[in-house]
Amino acid sequence: MDSSTCELALRMGDNALILGQRLAEWLGHGPQLEEDIAAANIALDLIGQARLWLSLAGRLEGRGRDEDALAYLRDQHEFRNCTMVELPNGDYAFTIVRRTLFDAYQRVLLERLAGGADEGFAAIAAKSKKEADYHWRHSADWTLRFGDGTEESHRRAQDALDRLWGYTHELFAPDAADPEADALRGPWLELVGPVLKQATLTIPADRAFLSGGKRGVHSEHLGYILAEMQFLQRAYPGARW
Amino acid sequence: MSEKEWPLWEVFIRSKQGLDHKHCGSLHAPDAKMAIQMARDVYTRRNEGVSIWVVPSAAIAASDPDDHESFVEPMADKIYRHPTFYELPDGLEHM
Repeated sequence: MDSSTCELALRMGDNALILGQRLAEWLGHGPQLEEDIAAANIALDLIGQARLWLSLAGRLEGRGRDEDALAYLRDQHEFRNCTMVELPNGDYAFTIVRRTLFDAYQRVLLERLAGGADEGFAAIAAKSKKEADYHWRHSADWTLRFGDGTEESHRRAQDALDRLWGYTHELFAPDAADPEADALRGPWLELVGPVLKQATLTIPADRAFLSGGKRGVHSEHLGYILAEMQFLQRAYPGARW
Repeated sequence: MSEKEWPLWEVFIRSKQGLDHKHCGSLHAPDAKMAIQMARDVYTRRNEGVSIWVVPSAAIAASDPDDHESFVEPMADKIYRHPTFYELPDGLEHM
């Protein structure tokens, strides 16, 4: 198996793992009890997906590392998640707008993988796609309500979009591991565009900025996530409960 | 942030096809669509149901517990309203 397949599985797994970890930070802090539970459910969906992808990546890598070794014992330059998912949660509008952008990406990407020739990828993608469809429904609905809600919710949602938009380019930047990444931009915009428009949000002008998370070049925020997420396994190697 | 509370919704879940929707609880949500999605996350996360109804709690008219004496108690001694005084013919089962 070539290394680009392993690289792709790592990207899928790390995106799900890091965003799942971020979403789990809302546990007990959600704006409403019902939203708190929804966020936790989605976080758990993502962590479940991460387990499947990282197990697959470990098998493809062939160095005997399992999902736990990959999740808990890699350093940040070895993580392959896009930068967007590691940014701090901010307010709930930022959390939701990020998910809207990411959930749409997951839907088009998982659909491509589910129909692909690689059976290992297709099986995980088909299962995850059903979850991603619901995640999208949840986040897109909230983006609509924030954008087209009160003056304050609109301001917060627009502010979130302004800060996040630049990070979406990384998703579609082709490289050796994923030479067709750019082909997803069109289908992604077809999902995201109408929702943002209906939410009366304005897509900001593009700037010459490309984040590098999927190449292992991360923001300063990932280290803090890993410090918290990996502490137990680092301090007590092999600990179980 | 606005301190205005979201309205309350009553949630009814059908656990499988062919059964009735049963009242299972309530939740706060801004509108009907969100109420259904939140009910999905709050009440069916362990695969409890195949269908969800939500009803605005304010739309439910209820009997008054203070009426108990006149509204409920008089039913307690009307045993003749139970079909227990019929002689069942021989051979009739499962009654």
